[in-house]
Amino acid sequence: MAIYSQILANGLMLGALYACLAVGFSLVWGVLNVINMLHGSFIILGGYLTYFAWHAFGIHPIVMLPVVGALLFALGFALQKLVINRVVSAPVLTTLTLTFGLDMILYNVMTYWFTATPRRVQLDLGAVSLGPVTLPVDRLFGTALALALTLLLYAVMRGSNIGRAIVAVRMDRSAAELMGIRTERIYAITFGIGALMAGVAGVVFASIFPITTNVTGTYLGKAFVVCVVGGLGSVPGALVGGLVLGLVESLAGHWFGPQQAITAGFVLMLVILLTRPTGLVGVRGYE
Amino acid sequence: MKSGPLAYALLAAGILVLATTPLYADNYVVRTAAIVAMYGALATSWNFIGGFTGYPSFSTAAFFGLGCYVGAICQRAGVPMMLAWLIATLMVGAFAALLGAIILRLRGHYFAIGSIAVVEVCRLVVSSWSSLTGGGDGLNLPLLHWAPEELMRFFLFVMLGILMLSLIATFLVDRARLGFGLRCIHQNEDAAAMVGIDTTRYKVAAYTLSAVFCAAAGAAYASWTGYIDPTESFQILMTVKVPVMAMLGGAGTLAGPFLGAAAFVLLEELFWANFLDWNRAILGVVIVLLVFFLPGGLLSLARKAKSKAGSGGAA
Amino acid sequence: MTEPILRLEGVSKTFGGLKALTDVSFALQPGEVVGLIGPNGAGKTTLVNVVTGNLRPSWGRILFEGKDVAAQKPHEAARRGLARTFQIVQPFPQMTVLENVTAGALFGGGAASVADARDMARRSLDFVGLAPLADRPAAQLALAARKRLELAKSLAMNPKVLMLDEVNAGLNSSEIDGALALIRRIAERGVTVLIIEHLMKVVLSLSKRLLVLHHGRMIADGPAREIVADERVIEAYLGQKYAAKLKELHHG
Repeated sequence: MAIYSQILANGLMLGALYACLAVGFSLVWGVLNVINMLHGSFIILGGYLTYFAWHAFGIHPIVMLPVVGALLFALGFALQKLVINRVVSAPVLTTLTLTFGLDMILYNVMTYWFTATPRRVQLDLGAVSLGPVTLPVDRLFGTALALALTLLLYAVMRGSNIGRAIVAVRMDRSAAELMGIRTERIYAITFGIGALMAGVAGVVFASIFPITTNVTGTYLGKAFVVCVVGGLGSVPGALVGGLVLGLVESLAGHWFGPQQAITAGFVLMLVILLTRPTGLVGVRGYE
Repeated sequence: MKSGPLAYALLAAGILVLATTPLYADNYVVRTAAIVAMYGALATSWNFIGGFTGYPSFSTAAFFGLGCYVGAICQRAGVPMMLAWLIATLMVGAFAALLGAIILRLRGHYFAIGSIAVVEVCRLVVSSWSSLTGGGDGLNLPLLHWAPEELMRFFLFVMLGILMLSLIATFLVDRARLGFGLRCIHQNEDAAAMVGIDTTRYKVAAYTLSAVFCAAAGAAYASWTGYIDPTESFQILMTVKVPVMAMLGGAGTLAGPFLGAAAFVLLEELFWANFLDWNRAILGVVIVLLVFFLPGGLLSLARKAKSKAGSGGAA
Repeated sequence: MTEPILRLEGVSKTFGGLKALTDVSFALQPGEVVGLIGPNGAGKTTLVNVVTGNLRPSWGRILFEGKDVAAQKPHEAARRGLARTFQIVQPFPQMTVLENVTAGALFGGGAASVADARDMARRSLDFVGLAPLADRPAAQLALAARKRLELAKSLAMNPKVLMLDEVNAGLNSSEIDGALALIRRIAERGVTVLIIEHLMKVVLSLSKRLLVLHHGRMIADGPAREIVADERVIEAYLGQKYAAKLKELHHG
């Protein structure tokens, strides 16, 4: 039994991280109808900024959180405003190809500047034990932070004017335009928020896992799976998707070995795609 | 779709240039020609599902990789090389038909995601099924004890052969009921069903066609390189690159995907040779520019130029 | 009486808890021209969708030439000879007018080859008077021409039963007259026609028999002249208030 409490705890912690990792991707997909292939690189960029601030200037990751958020928001906003908005209503193939091309550029820039060496912020906070379950403190802390950030986004989407405008555009673009909402601007803000969430997820990840450009694809894959499993374009969807994926990976890893954990995630996604394309939490609006 | 005489001329010239490289060029050039032919075949295959039918498929690397592995496993079991290629083609074709019947129910973004996931799942399954596939260590194939020039020439003609087959298939489908139906599905799937098109069967046919030539190319590639492993065989980069090539030339046309593949591979070689550190970024820039300035592909330039000349002449 | 070509027996369709059709039964004789009327939201389009396989009925049987086809898919309906036009026209926008109609002939009309289908398509375009526009992309056509294109496409499928869903919506009165003449000529070829319409004038000028759908129920089925005098129909159509007023007028 003890082993299963540990697996459950690991799965839930991983799940919260996945939710935070995917929620921005989900928002962009849901509102803009764009699959953002840059998402994985945004996460790594956030992670690198955190690592170098810590390594070079001794700045604590928690201080970098708002800084990285602001920088990534600016980057995302500018990209959408200047580049992606021009083809935002084109077919999937076009927008996906475009973001893939942009990702190749960002990826190359990052590997050139940072090289592919794995880097990690070592906070050395030790571990705590709760009965049979042992939890590394940095991981626990990261999990809490990831949950807090995800819930913060939820509050912003529900409570602020910008959030409500984004929901309105998602529900019905032309109606939103008739009501005086400038959709191009909302798209840029949404993409900015998507990049911001990726960036802050990167801050959290850099404090727990080694960061390298080699894993951009892995993170992007996780975002796909979480989105499809939970349901597109909603914070609750990303949360459910993240937690389910975390648990499934944790269990599959225990039963079949770590390599199979990833396979299990993708198989789960294919099954959900085919049986419940709206995801486990089939919410229509972004709430 | 509508390929003018210029497109046919370019196509014929391109194939001729590739086929004659062993006569006047060194091994590096012949190798590049073989790679162009291979990607030409992959892009021409993708065209059935992506260009004709309009389904954003990113399964190319799955079919290619499975082709590599089925071919390699057969050859290691003592099956003669060409027979191994044929078996790989047929098995992957059957796999694509079954898979297509399932995932072609998805549309748009969901289909795109599903088709990418297929690549990942195939890669992961192949990496973990060590007893059959050698897992992450990969597989060695029986070596061909030929002179390097001979080897290169042989595989150039093999890849050209697969390319020609895919082009002939495109030509035939384009003129047949199947091609007409696929274009209808591209335009409006519901309306296509309403005029009596069995959309599921047609889409599965297109998806299967998009798989068989990839599998053949994969199996041949495995024999060529003599060694395969999961990361090389199932590349996400390849799965996105191939549709980009088709778009670069002109998706939905006969000659476009091949011409796009040729242009892309040559650019890539150029960047690799001259800007080693930045080749990926430069390709990214090329893709971005393509999306903005050449959404109809290179062949649309030719059409535009022609219609300009035509209207100029009339005036 | 001859065997009906199309017969619905107790057909119902629910969406979640919502009843779109309740226990609908009627039969069409070969060669008949019948009007289907009813206020907005009465379930007329749902009824057509159920007959052509776009929706599966929740209960009931649909018999086409004596065979139960309730479980058919849209392409099977099309090949059997159950054709329809859409309220919102559904062309293949980038294809030419000729190619659009060729698609109908090739897949629904049983043409042996693409060339054969093209010939059938040309005849069909001649029939509806669209031949001069044959090489235009469908997306460029004005609404009236697009509706004709829908008709030509349906005709090229050699239908036995043709269901016309509001083919006249959005047309001006001279365009409507043209469309009416066309529908009459289609009926003369022996095609069974079900006209789903909003405009009474149109229905009355074409069909001797009317079906009336209201809140998903078939509330009347009979000779046109009797139906329009039926109080329930007037009420359903014009609202209770107006019906009462009309009554007052007649009596007062």
